[in-house]
Amino acid sequence: MENLEQLVQDGLAAVAKADGLQALDQVRVDYLGKKGVLTQQLKSLGQLSPEERPAAGQRINDAKARVQDAINARRDGLEQAAIDQKLASESIDVTLPGRGQDLGGLHPVTRTLQRMEQFFSRAGYTVEQGPEIEDDYHNFEALNIPGHHPARAMHDTFYFNPGTLLRTHTSPVQIRTMEANKPPFRMICPGRVYRCDSDMTHTPMFHQVEGLLVDKNVSFADLKSTVEEFLRVFFEKDLKVRFRPSYFPFTEPSAEVDIEWGREADGSIKWLEVMGCGMVHPKVFEYCGIDPEEYRGFAFGMGVERLAMLRYGVNDLRMFFDNDLRFLRQFR
Amino acid sequence: MKFSEQWLREWVNPSIDTQELVDQITMAGLEVDGFEPVAGRFSGVIVGQVASVIPHPDADKLRVCQVVGGDEPVQVVCGAPNVREGLKIPFAVVGAVLPGDFKIKKAKLRGQPSHGMLCSEAELGLSDNHDGLMELPDDAPVGQDVAAYLGLNDVTIDVDLTPNRSDCLSIRGIAREVGVLNSALVSQPEITPVAAVHSEVPAISVQAPQGCPRYLGRILRNVNLQATTPLWMQEKLRRSGVRSIDPAVDVTNYVMLEQGQPMHAFDRDEIKGGIVVRMAEQGEKLVLLDGQEVTLTSDTLVIADHEKPVAIAGVMGGEHSGVSEKTRDLIIEAAYFDPITLAGKARHYGLHTDASHRFERGVDYQLARDAMERATALLMAIVGGEPGDIVEVASEQHLPAPRSIDLREQRVADVLGMHIDRTTVEEILTRLGLHVSKLLKDGWQVTVPSFRPDITIEVDLIEEIGRIYGYNNLPVTEPVGSLGLRNQPEAERPLSAIQNYFVSRGYQEAVTYSFVDPKVQGLVDPEREGIALANPISADLSVMRTTLWSGLLKTVAYNLNRQQPRIRLFETGLRFVRENGEIDQQPMLAGVVAGAQVPENWANGRRNADFFDVKGELESLFSLLGIEVAFVAGQHPALHPGQTAELRRDGHHVGWLGTLHPQVQKKLELNGTILMFELFLNSIRSGYVPNFKEISKFPEVRRDLAIIIGDGVTFADVERVVKQHAGDQLTSLRAFDVYEGQNLGEGNRSLALSLFWQHPERTLNEEEVHSLFNGVIGALQEELGATLRS
Repeated sequence: MENLEQLVQDGLAAVAKADGLQALDQVRVDYLGKKGVLTQQLKSLGQLSPEERPAAGQRINDAKARVQDAINARRDGLEQAAIDQKLASESIDVTLPGRGQDLGGLHPVTRTLQRMEQFFSRAGYTVEQGPEIEDDYHNFEALNIPGHHPARAMHDTFYFNPGTLLRTHTSPVQIRTMEANKPPFRMICPGRVYRCDSDMTHTPMFHQVEGLLVDKNVSFADLKSTVEEFLRVFFEKDLKVRFRPSYFPFTEPSAEVDIEWGREADGSIKWLEVMGCGMVHPKVFEYCGIDPEEYRGFAFGMGVERLAMLRYGVNDLRMFFDNDLRFLRQFR
Repeated sequence: MKFSEQWLREWVNPSIDTQELVDQITMAGLEVDGFEPVAGRFSGVIVGQVASVIPHPDADKLRVCQVVGGDEPVQVVCGAPNVREGLKIPFAVVGAVLPGDFKIKKAKLRGQPSHGMLCSEAELGLSDNHDGLMELPDDAPVGQDVAAYLGLNDVTIDVDLTPNRSDCLSIRGIAREVGVLNSALVSQPEITPVAAVHSEVPAISVQAPQGCPRYLGRILRNVNLQATTPLWMQEKLRRSGVRSIDPAVDVTNYVMLEQGQPMHAFDRDEIKGGIVVRMAEQGEKLVLLDGQEVTLTSDTLVIADHEKPVAIAGVMGGEHSGVSEKTRDLIIEAAYFDPITLAGKARHYGLHTDASHRFERGVDYQLARDAMERATALLMAIVGGEPGDIVEVASEQHLPAPRSIDLREQRVADVLGMHIDRTTVEEILTRLGLHVSKLLKDGWQVTVPSFRPDITIEVDLIEEIGRIYGYNNLPVTEPVGSLGLRNQPEAERPLSAIQNYFVSRGYQEAVTYSFVDPKVQGLVDPEREGIALANPISADLSVMRTTLWSGLLKTVAYNLNRQQPRIRLFETGLRFVRENGEIDQQPMLAGVVAGAQVPENWANGRRNADFFDVKGELESLFSLLGIEVAFVAGQHPALHPGQTAELRRDGHHVGWLGTLHPQVQKKLELNGTILMFELFLNSIRSGYVPNFKEISKFPEVRRDLAIIIGDGVTFADVERVVKQHAGDQLTSLRAFDVYEGQNLGEGNRSLALSLFWQHPERTLNEEEVHSLFNGVIGALQEELGATLRS
């Protein structure tokens, strides 16, 4: 039976020598196949006495197992090498840029409007729209700005004819919404507005968001919190906010709102005017068929471009309407 | 309104500095735009006097002067035309520093030594006037520092008043506010009636009492208008932004600035017969003080004599009746003109004057007499003269009625959000010059003084209380409201979903002006006329857009000109057309695409976007919205006739997709193919709510075929025929190849199709599919003349 050990050694050597899966399989056939040299050894068992057979059989099987294990190990190794080689051949330069469509972007005004709409709709405000070519009544008269009112001079109005104009603010949407529905109201009116003015700091078209809250028990204190919270949420900063008495024909009391925006040269707070607001004027309620003794309300309005400029550091208002792709792409 | 801080402090002098004062009135609602020193920064300028003047030996325009005032008399060479012996002037001595850090040194001018400089107003930063030397009064103390002499340690404060605060268009009004804010005493010049010394009075007839409820006139005889306005008055006027003209004009301006009452002075000799206040005759002409001739309209209130108009009431006087150096007798006017009658009149004539600004906003209707007395006294001190009695014509019925307003304590608390104690309320009102005339059970009755025409209702008073109490001292509370839920239709996608879709498809959103260039619009929408603005900002922004393409194509040009060859833009917004006389404002969604479909990359990406790229993007949008839209070959004047699809939903027009017409493109000077689409937003916004259908467990069967179709047969035709004949179990039809080639024959195309069938309840058998497939082929051959491609 030295022969057996020799056969195993030969087999192991053949396994080690096999340099491919095919060669390895040939080794398996040669040693472990039906006619393989080790399998053949089993045939010699018949020549042994029944007492010797089990032990001899065991030895042959052990021998076969050793060769089989070696084949398995070798196969795993060869397979792994094949996989490795395939993977190596498939490797790519992952640092090359990706392909396909790039991403566009929202206009910064829309981006700003969407944020504002989110803040307010979460607080239960509806978003209302209205016509941009307006009539004098909704743009002025119903907002307590009669024809002779000096405040009309504050609105450089684009006209089509004496009764038809481009809205100078989105307040007419509030009028239309109040006319058509019953209080209470909580709404914002975003949109394009137009003033006949064009220079470094004015474009003849810009965007406003105006808000209105009407209910039975609304006070200036509610207005203050709404405006202050909006500004802090919008700028994500705990800014100082101040209310400065002002005048709008459609609100009373009226205020302009300043925010803290850096420091002056002398170290004092630099205030920046960002919006106007006030308590709805009783005459406006009367025009809309709402009893000012029963209901009170507050309204506020702001220029979207102005807030976007502050938020994103844009230094020229006119860029919003040039639509230069190099500008627009900065807001995606 | 501009005013001098020093002047204000003559009336009320709280112990706060300029910055605090400015902050304080700003926070009270009188917004200060800014303040600036009344003169440039200079030193070493004294009151000098010209002792002698001789011509410069070597220069025609220069004079050699001896000037006293400094340590010793010195020689100064001067080129000013008004230099003369005895004249007192600001004298910058050697070593003086003038505004702009201009140092005065010894110099030689054309060979003559010059020790210092005689100054104009401009050289001291007092005004722009450099026509000659600034002439100081004869009593100016020679040798005194000019800055001290003129009181130049002063600032001009520019306050941007809201239109309701006409009461603050005067020193008197601002002083009243400052007094309230500081609880400080306000003093004012005493006004005493000037006694008449003769009995001549102007004849005054007010024929339009509604426009002019009160008119006062007085004759001042034998005045000397060659007198000069005293320097203190000139300086106050200058610091208020008003130029000194002559004593009569200066005094009326001064009283206007001090008291708030615009006034006018006529040359009595030029008033024929007497003064008539009436509405103008349509077409009457009047030459105004500024030299322009206006043609009056009949809604204009005028001051006239018995022959012709002599002034537009409350706006501007006429040239002819104005005072001049030769004027002997004056008629002084002080009136109350109705704001509504005057509203817009100045603007109608292209004017805006200090007087019209005040009258339109409302002047104190009780002020005219005081102002008249004040002006008379001031005038007499300058130009002398003999005053007559004041004639007053007033129509009580047309004057504003004195007002009393009930103010409820609870209402103050309700509006402001806090209770303010009664004493504080009363104190604020009283200090503002309002009169608490009666205590009511639940509040007060408040009488409004004539100088506050803006206060007419209860909330006006509440605003005043809040304003003086300080908005920033009022509380902050969060509003309380109902938490009810609102409908939100699921089938209707929000606009933001559409916008975000295009962003994810590589489109950049644009926002273009709603008014556009009619020339550009005429090219892209020649069949409709844009609604024109009556007062456009410029010709290229003069008509409302009828299509968003007008603005988008301009944006394409703008970017192409800036080396941005790949452009994908979309915009949403209204378009405006007039239909049957009505203005129709519809929200649109539009886009333009130019250049490569995807950004150029290392594998490919140089392929320009074509019709089908954009069509695919729109189809995905429609899937997102849950709607079915058909693309039908169509014609649009701005689009390529062979590359235009009309978009229809349920047979209704919803928009266009196409390639910009090459001729239009050329006229717009654009390069490359440009694809454009525009859709009615409201027609595509509402889709459907998903409704689950059972998923078939049975296999899907696919059959491919390739056919050759002739000219004029479209994919839509093929699709229609296939769907007609493929049976109910056809689940989809796909075109996987389109080929055009010479070998197919002129105008022919080969189309390769895949058909998919699936039955919900069983496996389709071979014979069924075979028969359906053959039926389809037969129909295609028969109905469309298609041939099978082998």
